[in-house]
Amino acid sequence: MKRAPGWLARSLPWLLLLSLALFPLLAPSLDLDYYVGFIRHLLIVMMAATSLNFILGYGGMVALGHSGFVGVGAYTVVALVDGGVTSAWGAWLAAVAVAGAFAAVIGAVSLRTRGVYFLMITLAFSQMLHHLAVSLSAYGGDDGYSLHAPLLLGVGLDDAHPHVLYWVVLALAALLFTFSCRLAVSRFGYALRGIRDNETRMAALGYPIYRIKLAAFIGAGAVAGLAGALLASHNKFVSPSVMHWTESATLLVMVVIGGLGRRWGGPAGVALWLTLAEVLKLYTEYWRWPMGLLLVLIVFLAPKGVVSLFEGPRRAG
Amino acid sequence: MDAIFIIEQILNGLGYGLMLFLLAAGLTLVFGIMDTMNLAHGSLYMAGAYIAAQVHQASGSFVGAVLAAIAATVLVSWLLEILIVRRLYPRDHLAQVIATFGIILIADDGVKALWGPSPLLASMPTALAGPVQLLAELPYSAYRLLLLGAGLLVAAGLYLLVNHTRIGMLVRAGASNRAMAELMGVRVDRVFSFVFALGAALAALAGALMGPISAVQIGMGEAILIPALVVIVIGGIGSVRGAFIAALLVGLVDTAGRAFLPPLLRAVLPPALAADLGPALAGIAMYLLMAAVLILKPAGLFPARA
Repeated sequence: MKRAPGWLARSLPWLLLLSLALFPLLAPSLDLDYYVGFIRHLLIVMMAATSLNFILGYGGMVALGHSGFVGVGAYTVVALVDGGVTSAWGAWLAAVAVAGAFAAVIGAVSLRTRGVYFLMITLAFSQMLHHLAVSLSAYGGDDGYSLHAPLLLGVGLDDAHPHVLYWVVLALAALLFTFSCRLAVSRFGYALRGIRDNETRMAALGYPIYRIKLAAFIGAGAVAGLAGALLASHNKFVSPSVMHWTESATLLVMVVIGGLGRRWGGPAGVALWLTLAEVLKLYTEYWRWPMGLLLVLIVFLAPKGVVSLFEGPRRAG
Repeated sequence: MDAIFIIEQILNGLGYGLMLFLLAAGLTLVFGIMDTMNLAHGSLYMAGAYIAAQVHQASGSFVGAVLAAIAATVLVSWLLEILIVRRLYPRDHLAQVIATFGIILIADDGVKALWGPSPLLASMPTALAGPVQLLAELPYSAYRLLLLGAGLLVAAGLYLLVNHTRIGMLVRAGASNRAMAELMGVRVDRVFSFVFALGAALAALAGALMGPISAVQIGMGEAILIPALVVIVIGGIGSVRGAFIAALLVGLVDTAGRAFLPPLLRAVLPPALAADLGPALAGIAMYLLMAAVLILKPAGLFPARA
């Protein structure tokens, strides 16, 4: 029988949000200033991972080109900044729209294939975007583009506190996370899961399979675009390497080690993967192989992701 | 652009295509027989290139270097198959992608520990370093000719092996319908172990041969893996013949795109735009080819599955 979660489990997300919100205020006294930027980066990648978890975990679409949309978002910001736009909100919104539009076209073609062909064709599209970015000499080509002019948040936010971008990112990440949790248990989310488990039956029940999958794909692409735009603001630099296929594979890896189709899978996977990389880099320049070993071990020992290890006998939501 | 230049580029394209075929042949059989997606295939190519460069430098014998690279890589792949890949057969593609991506990370660090982070300088055998006069006005690199010859020879050998030997028949049976082959008494897992080692040998050969004309560096496996995957998808997963035709197509399209598109575009477009568009179009040409093939024939040109 499924027990109702205790008060601790219910309040845990709020405690997490509170401590994340207070972190920049406490960091200077703890000498952890560097980690404000690190956590900001984590939160941005979590958005991309959560969007991928949605189509991969709930939709069963094994896409190996998600970093392409991250790149589209980032390059939209580059193009706008280069054109003289200074409003951060405008640039981010445009990035969401452009990434969504790319996802609509790419999804419309890719979703006609399935299985490994879907994986390959999404990979091919992201490689095309990568080559396109490399050849854009106006935006630095292979060397990338530095955002010299800062993007402004407006309404007096920009000079309020040095870490104001952190709180904006945190708020957006929290909102998106809540939204994706709600969406997962909505009619749409259940329809998507039904399609993942038995497409024929869902078609027989009258669900518009292709349209539902495409809608999920476009939404995930748009969110990845937002993550890319925020990444551009975060690093003040964009290069084609954000769309390299290994970046897509890393996103996939983070989702799977976190827990595919599990609410906390995306955030847990990102936190685990990036923190581990950060810690290992402190001690050795050979930080990749322990992560590779971790992947192999997780595939064999915890195939449902690290989140499942904490679930006990309860069934995942 | 004259006829000599065009012939030269076509030969380059065929050479690149044949090397892609060496990689894709193993990949497509592993995929076709055991439905296993092996991203670490590129790492075997990298291993071949590094070992060959090292042995060649130490011993001075190029043939010895290639043979040593093949032997060592097959040994590594044998361990890999026993320890990890064998346990991945029953899993889904996603688990295979994750685990073999992990192997890539381990392999890249292993190579870095053994040979250091900077690229290795692989030299051509001195006897083949110069050009050969193919036609009166067409000098062509002797080493690239060797590449063409070796690629064709291996392709012919593989054709005989797959189509005219008993083990080849078992391989084809496994690729076209594994369950049926197993019911008929074929030990498909043993056939697969053989195919995996064969694929590793071909990947190492490709790496050893490509080393002197490309950069022997960490990440070279990841870079060539994607074109190899494109080849097996175009050719039809599990089909060696499809991989051969698709590899030549991809090699030609990629090389021709890089060589001919920029000058052609310069002739019709403003120079600044042409300078941007040329490399971009050349880079995406093979992906467009794949998309076009998949639209017309969703299972590739020569689908192996019955």
